[in-house]
Amino acid sequence: MDKITSQYEQKRAALLPLLHLVQEKEGIITADSEKEIAAYLGIAVSHVHEVVSFYHLFRQKPQGKCHFSVCQTTACALRGSEDIIEHIEKRLGIKPGEVTANGKFSFGVVECLGACELAPMMQCNNDYVGPLNKKKIDELIDKSND
Amino acid sequence: MQKVTTRNFDTPNSFRIDTYIKNQGYEAARKALTQMTPAQVIDEVKNANLRGLGGAGFATGMKWSFIPKDNPKPKYLVVNGDEGEPGTFKDKYILELDPHALIEGMIITCYAIGSHKGYVYIRGEYLKSIERLRSAIQEAHQKGFLGKGIMGTSFDLEIVVHQGAGAYICGEETALLESLEGKKGFPRLKPPFPAVVGLFGCPTVINNVETLACVGPIILKGAQWYAQLGCEKNGGNRIFCVSGHVNKPGIYELPNGTTLREIIYQHAGGILNGRQLKAVIPGGISAPLLTPDQLDVKMDFDSLKAAGTMAGSGGIIVMDDSTCMVWAAMIAARFYAHESCGQCSPCREGSGWVYRNIKRIYHGEGRPVDLKNLPGIVGNIGGNTICAFGDAVTMCISSYVQKFRHEFEAHVNEEKCGLCSKHQEVAN
Repeated sequence: MDKITSQYEQKRAALLPLLHLVQEKEGIITADSEKEIAAYLGIAVSHVHEVVSFYHLFRQKPQGKCHFSVCQTTACALRGSEDIIEHIEKRLGIKPGEVTANGKFSFGVVECLGACELAPMMQCNNDYVGPLNKKKIDELIDKSND
Repeated sequence: MQKVTTRNFDTPNSFRIDTYIKNQGYEAARKALTQMTPAQVIDEVKNANLRGLGGAGFATGMKWSFIPKDNPKPKYLVVNGDEGEPGTFKDKYILELDPHALIEGMIITCYAIGSHKGYVYIRGEYLKSIERLRSAIQEAHQKGFLGKGIMGTSFDLEIVVHQGAGAYICGEETALLESLEGKKGFPRLKPPFPAVVGLFGCPTVINNVETLACVGPIILKGAQWYAQLGCEKNGGNRIFCVSGHVNKPGIYELPNGTTLREIIYQHAGGILNGRQLKAVIPGGISAPLLTPDQLDVKMDFDSLKAAGTMAGSGGIIVMDDSTCMVWAAMIAARFYAHESCGQCSPCREGSGWVYRNIKRIYHGEGRPVDLKNLPGIVGNIGGNTICAFGDAVTMCISSYVQKFRHEFEAHVNEEKCGLCSKHQEVAN
């Protein structure tokens, strides 16, 4: 944590990288982590929490082992993202924002991920995947189900 | 055609420093640091007519010259790699395939403005870009191109990569500064401009990734060479990102001033499935739509402005004649409603209001009053907010309503427009 903080002229600037670090290690950012980071940086817990809740990538609820973030913005929509979203809902039996009962899958609908050349596309954990079709989705789900 | 920013993309291991050096890499930085004064570097970039390729098109050399010389505070270079404008994906390619071109551009820029610290803010989802740039920075340190006494001169520079966390608004330069300082991405009131009061209250230049990747070639080959690649007042090439209903979506580096028709039909392979073109977003989702009669417009900042739209980020989204424009407007409105940061009431409330209004119209539940009110709601967001997000909502949505009003009317009067059942590419 000190190594990250020392890169910045002001300690508070390390807030986003520290939150990324915590989320990478623990999967989510809990209220306890928020308190700990606030104490470390010498800022109010409310300042940490408002940052956690402002940015889409910070999670306060766990997601599945395999998480799909499906893009719904213009370029992907033109190439059929609505069908992709419907297919994922059907295959997994969950709605955006939900996790399957076995904890294996979760999915969310997101705005442009900056990969419109792959439309329709999604982010599957750390990787960008596209162009998607129903077969590719099925393969990804079957692979992760094993 | 001479490639500038994509020149190394086809070379295997283009992201490695040895590959970069073999292709004249870091020679421009050496030339600037050992043979030129900072003022000469700024003049060279001014004469090259390099303009900000993030979207605003502001003259880059001019921006650098706003940094006060007598200010005792440290100066910063902040790189905007928060590529979030829908339809735009070029910076990702530079960061992944030629990160050293950015580092070299940063060394030269920092030398020109007297900065010893650069931050690169990269959108949180671009994990590969972040990893590639971090390794490239390590490589550059090992070769003595970063750190203390670069290339045997007395010039020092450190670069820090900062990962964003998923907020479109952080592409707005002052929101980006707030985010970099560890806060919510709320844009700042201007003035003061970042050149005077920027990061940590110090003079700051904020440039886009692609813009900085042009700086090395300009210094190495000269302003005249770069300027003549493009058109009047808009030198060089730019990377156009083409997506939507085209046969070959992707990035195409072409001279500024190339016609939209050439980009779509010659480079991007024309319209998917042999259909007809209906509308084009020429510069990221916020740029007003163009229609088929406007395809001969030249793709540079001034020509597109004259055509009533903007060159923006270079993101071209093509829509064919099966697209319901009320549906497309709804998708754009949903994006804005989702991404408004919430700081200014006209934008926070207005973007949601516009989305709900268009959604009703699209689903055949729109009342005549919805269509009557729409231009007023949309029109009252722009000009009434701290940042340009509000203007973007107004420009973007107004163009759908003005140019395709008959489709909105059909949705209100007949509940649909005849295109809605088949507006999608069937994904199979």
